Amino acid sequence: MARKQLLLGDEALALGALHAGLSGVYAYPGTPSTEITEFIQSYPLTAERKVHCAWSVNEKTAMEEALGMSFAGKRTLVCMKHVGMNVCADPFMGSATTGANGGLVVAACDDPSMHSSQNEQDSRFWGTFALVPVFEPSSQQEAYEMAREAFDYSEKRDIPVLMRLTTRLSHSRAIVTSVDDAEARTPNEMHFPRNEVQWCTLPVNARKRYSQLTKDYALFEEDAVRSRFNRLEDGPDKSLGIIACGIAYNYLQENYPDGCPYPVLKISQYPYPKELILKLASQCKRILVLEEGQPLLEERLKGILPHGHEICGRLDGSLPRTGELSPDPVRKALGLPAREGCAASEVPAPRPPALCQGCGHRDLFTALNAVMKKDYPQGRAFSDIGCYTLGWLPPFESFTTCVEMGASVTMAQGSAYSGVWPAVAVIGDSTFTHSGMTGLLDAVNEKADILVCISDNLTTGMTGGQDSAGTGRLEAICEGLGVDPAHIRTVVPLPANYPEMERIIKEEIEYHGVSVIISRRECLQTLKRHVKK
Amino acid sequence: MKRDIILAGVGGQGILSIATVIGSAALEQGLSLKQAEVHGMSQRGGDVQSHLRLSDSVIHSDLIPLGGADIIISMEPMEALRYLPFLSKDGWIITNTVPLKNIPNYPDMKEIEDALAKVKNVVAIDAEAAARAVMSPRSANMVLLGASAAVLEILEPDKLRDGIRRIFARKGDAIVEANIKAFDAGFGFSKK
Repeated sequence: MARKQLLLGDEALALGALHAGLSGVYAYPGTPSTEITEFIQSYPLTAERKVHCAWSVNEKTAMEEALGMSFAGKRTLVCMKHVGMNVCADPFMGSATTGANGGLVVAACDDPSMHSSQNEQDSRFWGTFALVPVFEPSSQQEAYEMAREAFDYSEKRDIPVLMRLTTRLSHSRAIVTSVDDAEARTPNEMHFPRNEVQWCTLPVNARKRYSQLTKDYALFEEDAVRSRFNRLEDGPDKSLGIIACGIAYNYLQENYPDGCPYPVLKISQYPYPKELILKLASQCKRILVLEEGQPLLEERLKGILPHGHEICGRLDGSLPRTGELSPDPVRKALGLPAREGCAASEVPAPRPPALCQGCGHRDLFTALNAVMKKDYPQGRAFSDIGCYTLGWLPPFESFTTCVEMGASVTMAQGSAYSGVWPAVAVIGDSTFTHSGMTGLLDAVNEKADILVCISDNLTTGMTGGQDSAGTGRLEAICEGLGVDPAHIRTVVPLPANYPEMERIIKEEIEYHGVSVIISRRECLQTLKRHVKK
Repeated sequence: MKRDIILAGVGGQGILSIATVIGSAALEQGLSLKQAEVHGMSQRGGDVQSHLRLSDSVIHSDLIPLGGADIIISMEPMEALRYLPFLSKDGWIITNTVPLKNIPNYPDMKEIEDALAKVKNVVAIDAEAAARAVMSPRSANMVLLGASAAVLEILEPDKLRDGIRRIFARKGDAIVEANIKAFDAGFGFSKK
């Protein structure tokens, strides 16, 4: 029986995976992907079927764990934000070689406009890079349906499938029609791969497999030509042909409520369907490419199309080069008159996000500033990814850098070697276990002169309070990595403790080796929830 | 018929609860709906908005085009002004009048009031006082929803009341009734 419910794009994908007979999701939280895993964690079918749903330490471990599950014949989903793909690039590229025994779907949620991210990288590039098919749903309903089909496809073609969502689909709700839970496919029984040899990527095996993969890729392209998610829609006016990828298709339609006058090629499955592109190009000399993210297809069209075509999109200025699409820039690219609303007001002041009042990160920054700005103005602090990155803004301005997960510890080390002193790293507890621990081992081996402040709020805060992998064990982890126990200090970040915190920070700066200060107090957001319970 | 709504406020003010109630009512009434939300870092005390689109036919874009919004519902007066280019010239602003001043350069209230006065259709209500008056101080968002119900048209007020009942049911009858009272207070204000 069909069931209708209001779901985020993330949730629709999650439900599709569950209904496809999922045996496990592996993920590290990251906006805008977090809700996929959270939906699975709280969905009744998950408990009934004992679907794996605990958070992984990072995207690399998640991808590898999922690969193990796929090896064992079961259907598995890996979820992350776009930059998580960088973290799991090694096993992801490897998974194209191993192939998939149980269906293996990797969901990457991109964040064009950087609502909550450090860059706009477009995950579709991983598809062509790894020779893996990419599914890019254009709606919540497609997210559900494509997720279900992605697992079948993965098993049929012995290849992982990359599902690419963007913020606007991940975090937008619509009514999704699904099957009832009772009709969900039964999870696979454990079984070993038919071609077990390709699961060991020794050159002797990998060469053979890579050659096969390049042939399979042509097959994936044929599949994309026939896919029901890709289609060429005719239009009477051939002065323009439009290629609309993923949710860009909706922005196009929004501008033509009575139907688009031009031929339109909707693309939601890659490798891009060359045959359909050529068919469109045979009718239209001018092609407008609407794609969310980077101009991947637009750049390639020049190599696909015969000479004499005009290609418009993000590269020729028809659309903005950066930022997410919406109905209005698409409208401009179509040459339609701009819509007008009320006049913009100059009155509203910017209201940037800020650390919560009373948050422990605030107290750590206050104490750190008191020491650094007064006694060590020549020093630098290096920070990391999390709520506490907001400490770069006034009134704190406590550090200089933030690059990616874990870089605080390692950049402090490299700069210390180059003569920066004091070199202080500020990193959250979840980011530390994600990617800071390995760097700390480097620092210990080098006897680097750095201070690492772990701002431990006992959770993965910025994404809404998911479990943090090292909770309760940070001292033991640091000691295990070889930090001298005398220089692993713990403080409680509260205004009343500023004198003690400042003294300890100063002592550990003056110690010329690796010191760790763990500044520990629960996140106020999770505390509120715990109190309510 | 369609109704495009921008919900505005500051992270933590409960604009998503307004969206949830409207969504539940729309689903029950068989309308199409799309609702783009803001999650992640922006929720930490920054400005937040949600695009909520209702229609009796298909909705394409998750985002409302410029000049396309019929209503801006705002939990905060300055935030009501931030999205004016999205508001149709005949559109409505339904806003709370109580400022949330968590930035050092918050403009003068007089400037905000003047800017609001330039908009054709505005309902400005002290939603927090109205919520306190019905002994439901945490339901300012439902006061605003009630105030919007008068111009929402596409959804019957009773459908919204049913939505409140469904959404708050697991919190108990007392909470449901408090939120209904807050809704009615806002609805009554708007009707005047």
